[in-house]
Amino acid sequence: MSVSEKELVHIADLSSLELKKEEIQDYLENFQEIIDFSNVINNAPVEDLDITIGINESKNRFRKDEVKEFEDTDALLFNGQGIQQNMYKLPKVVQ
Amino acid sequence: MAKEDYEAVIGLEVHAELSTKTKIFCSCKTTYGGAPNTQVCPVCMAMPGALPTLNEKVVEYAVKAGLATNCTISQDSKNDRKNYFYPDTPRAYQISQYDKPLCEHGYIEIEDDDGNKKKIGITRIHIEDDAGKLNHDEFGGGTLVDFNRAGVPLIEIVSEPDIATAGEAEKYLKKLKSILEYIEVSDCKMQEGSFRADVNVSVHKKGEPFGTRTESKNMNSFRSIVREIDYEIERQIDIIENGGTVTQDTLRWDDVSGKTFVMRTKENADDYRYFPEPDLVAIKLSTEYIENVKKSLPELPESRYERYLNEYKLSEKDAKILVSSKYLSNLFEEAGKICGNYKSVSNWIISDILRILNEKEMEANQIPFEAKYLANLVNLIDKGTISSKIAKDVLEEMFENPREPEEIIKEKGWIQISDEGEIKKIVQEILEANPQSVADYKAGKDRALGFLVGQAMKATKGKANPQMLNKMFIENM
Amino acid sequence: MNITDLTVHELQEKLKNKELTVTEITEAYCNRIEEKEKDIDSFNTTYLDEARNQAKEIQEKINNGEIIGDYAGIPIGIKDNICVKGTRTTCSSKMLENFIAPYSATVAEKLNAENIITLGKTNMDEFAMGTSTENSAFKITKNPWDLTRVPGGSSGGSAAAVAANLVPWALGSDTGGSIRQPASLCGIVGLKPTYGLVSRYGLIAYASSLDQIGVLTKDVRDSAKLLTLIAGKDEKDSTSEDKGNINYEDCLKNDVKGLKIALPKEFFGEGLDKEVKDKLYEAAEIYKKLGAEVEEISVDIEKYVLATYYIIADAEASSNLGRFDGIRYGHRTNEYSNIEEIFKKSRSEGFGDEVKRRIIFGTYVLSSGYYDAYYKKAQKLRTYISNEFNKAFEKYDIILMPTSPTTAFKIGEKSGDPMQLYLADIDTVSVNVAGLPGISIPCGVDSKGLPVGMQLIGNKFQEETILNAAYTFEQEYKFREKYKPQAINKSKILI
Repeated sequence: MSVSEKELVHIADLSSLELKKEEIQDYLENFQEIIDFSNVINNAPVEDLDITIGINESKNRFRKDEVKEFEDTDALLFNGQGIQQNMYKLPKVVQ
Repeated sequence: MAKEDYEAVIGLEVHAELSTKTKIFCSCKTTYGGAPNTQVCPVCMAMPGALPTLNEKVVEYAVKAGLATNCTISQDSKNDRKNYFYPDTPRAYQISQYDKPLCEHGYIEIEDDDGNKKKIGITRIHIEDDAGKLNHDEFGGGTLVDFNRAGVPLIEIVSEPDIATAGEAEKYLKKLKSILEYIEVSDCKMQEGSFRADVNVSVHKKGEPFGTRTESKNMNSFRSIVREIDYEIERQIDIIENGGTVTQDTLRWDDVSGKTFVMRTKENADDYRYFPEPDLVAIKLSTEYIENVKKSLPELPESRYERYLNEYKLSEKDAKILVSSKYLSNLFEEAGKICGNYKSVSNWIISDILRILNEKEMEANQIPFEAKYLANLVNLIDKGTISSKIAKDVLEEMFENPREPEEIIKEKGWIQISDEGEIKKIVQEILEANPQSVADYKAGKDRALGFLVGQAMKATKGKANPQMLNKMFIENM
Repeated sequence: MNITDLTVHELQEKLKNKELTVTEITEAYCNRIEEKEKDIDSFNTTYLDEARNQAKEIQEKINNGEIIGDYAGIPIGIKDNICVKGTRTTCSSKMLENFIAPYSATVAEKLNAENIITLGKTNMDEFAMGTSTENSAFKITKNPWDLTRVPGGSSGGSAAAVAANLVPWALGSDTGGSIRQPASLCGIVGLKPTYGLVSRYGLIAYASSLDQIGVLTKDVRDSAKLLTLIAGKDEKDSTSEDKGNINYEDCLKNDVKGLKIALPKEFFGEGLDKEVKDKLYEAAEIYKKLGAEVEEISVDIEKYVLATYYIIADAEASSNLGRFDGIRYGHRTNEYSNIEEIFKKSRSEGFGDEVKRRIIFGTYVLSSGYYDAYYKKAQKLRTYISNEFNKAFEKYDIILMPTSPTTAFKIGEKSGDPMQLYLADIDTVSVNVAGLPGISIPCGVDSKGLPVGMQLIGNKFQEETILNAAYTFEQEYKFREKYKPQAINKSKILI
């Protein structure tokens, strides 16, 4: 299965990544290489097996519904840019 | 072809915020209206390295909602990531449920537009987290992001495409809202966005397969939803009638213009790349757990309805109105229990309280006074302390400034005159002043009696006991 | 006595006997870092002034009898993907170059409670994606045994710092071998615990279902000690398991009589360097001599493990790294006019090439049309691989195999070829895929004088079994007495 440039750009787009024109060829080659490499699993004898969900098969780890306020919300906002009225200022988002 | 040759298919995806104390995946509080970004922590702000932990009440509430809507509860369930980039979604994925929702295959019963019973299927109910809030920046023209709401627990309730008209959609939503209120898993405050719906609409000619559907997002009033559905049905029929084709778009409803606008076309449809959430473990609910939740459910509207007919002998119409809202129904039962006169309580709620709510554009949950006050009001009427007419004024006052009706009466000097001597004196005076009416009455004109009673009421500012007045006028003529 | 040559248990002994003070120890390490760090480049950030101050305070408290803890004043290095409140935590990425962690990882809290002194945050492959630490956005860490060679990765900074005596021990993380492989290449001990034994809260995620925090130490006893400190159920990590309070030092019996050891022949095949293979067979002979039963077995997973690992790891990474969107933290592009541009440009500028390659591949295997063929299939293979290990552990206590197919390679030797670097993971990834514990200990040096690592794998939560086996070998082989990293110490092989 060979991957097209269009497909690579679509996947990059889904990943919110932008590839420069001069990068695309390199990325495409690497992408194709790892896909080819991964195709080894096509022949794996796994048809009758279940998928693994949680390697330790634990269940029901629930938290009690009790309020614990985080002590330092300023530290949370510290790494943001352009904080205004204690909110993150962004260009207008059309909803 | 005419409009009558078409049928519409409507599907609803309702998001209801659960009224837990803490968020779904962290211990932050869920209170509405806090100062921006103060009800947040590393988890709901998606700081690098922070991990979610599932609130047990969220599972319990979702199971309650499932049981109350006749769903099968999945004993094996899990959480999945739904990946997309949006500034209100801090992890760039929502933790939702994909192929193993907590509840499936339910239904609720409504009446169709002709009054016949109709079951509306519920495909599934699953749990997920709400997003942050994007606020318009009034000064800079940008967007300001507040993550207080990020992580507030939601259930998404997806209906089968069983709904055919806007009227049915409205009934389904009202019924669903009422059920969630009854079981106390959501306060369903539409104005705060804690009960909102995405609406799918398609139309097709009768006997033909379903048409292409459009989706309108996040509507939070019954009126908008009804208008949107009617508009959308008509728009789609027009397109087809004019030889066009409906495209599978995501729409935005604009309440002001009363129109839908395209937000996103199918070509730009998201690919959410769902996969099992590796930071959480599977959910496995025992039969015992589900039974216990079932036992904890309060009485639901259907059962109350039957009881109101049988025990309190209410009319079907009145019983239906009362059970339509948990708040009305609880008010009815509590007040009835205190005063014993269920019938009268029912009448007061249905005629006067609903009228006042309507005038004030209030919801039943905003009734400001306690059931005890209503019970005491009915008691005062039954004892003859006040007339029904005065009682209406007392009720208005209970909305304005809630307190015991007796207090109101005392303050306002509204106590009914039931003293025989006093009534007699008034009757004498009115009779003397209106000889013509007395003559009319004697000549068989019954209306004259009404006039005289009216005069007496006027003279006493409505405080005279009307039954006693009636009786005494007749005796004295 | 050279303080920085000592293991932690030796330091503890000398603190107890009052031969050393906390201030002397910290001073020795700070001096060593000031002298040697420029040759190794193992730290992204150091806190030497803070460490010296903290040491003084701790020493005073000890003098006043206020602190009695066994670890008070012991220094440590922490991999730069573990959050420590108020400090820069970068994941060696331009994306997080200026990120100040607003909270501490559970493991960091545990170390803090013991008054352990953090000397610095160690370099790594960006977001833990790599096997050579060459993928760091900031610096290339050198192998203390040969400064022209890589230390391995992704915990290369931690491994090199321990090997070069810049810290007595360090924390790392291991998603596909990121502790064991650099430990192997740097001639030290590296332990990756069973998935769920150590809380991941505060570890910046690469692949959630594979990541584990673990330890890099000079010897096995220190590994047992540090594991004892950091292990345990954490309410903040739903995937952490409650195994009670175990003191892992108690299992070090120096006895492997009757221990059943399996050598999976598939991992001793063509891709394995001849000298590495010879050292491993020698080690197997030593185990036999010590009374263990050693047999060759077949574990038929070798051809699938890498693809399975990369599909799962990258899929999870593509989702885990979505949060770096330029809004709440991390790099934000200077040029944007709308929100989509903030996302795309910030991410494209902030992430390095390897990170972007893995995000793209991960997105691909989850995307509509490919999910079943890749992601779902890989999750089935995960079950298959676990089953194969389970079969082996029905008969054997331990699996012995290489940690890395080669000893340390040259800086730049493989950096142009992502696939070559992926192949360096072949021996380690299956342990993560199956959620097992694995330890790498040195078992000799090759003809270039570079250390060779041996990997011991146990069944789930059988850390005690592999620690004892590793300890027993270590006591017999005495690697640290025989070999020292020449390059950094400019000393010859001592044997």
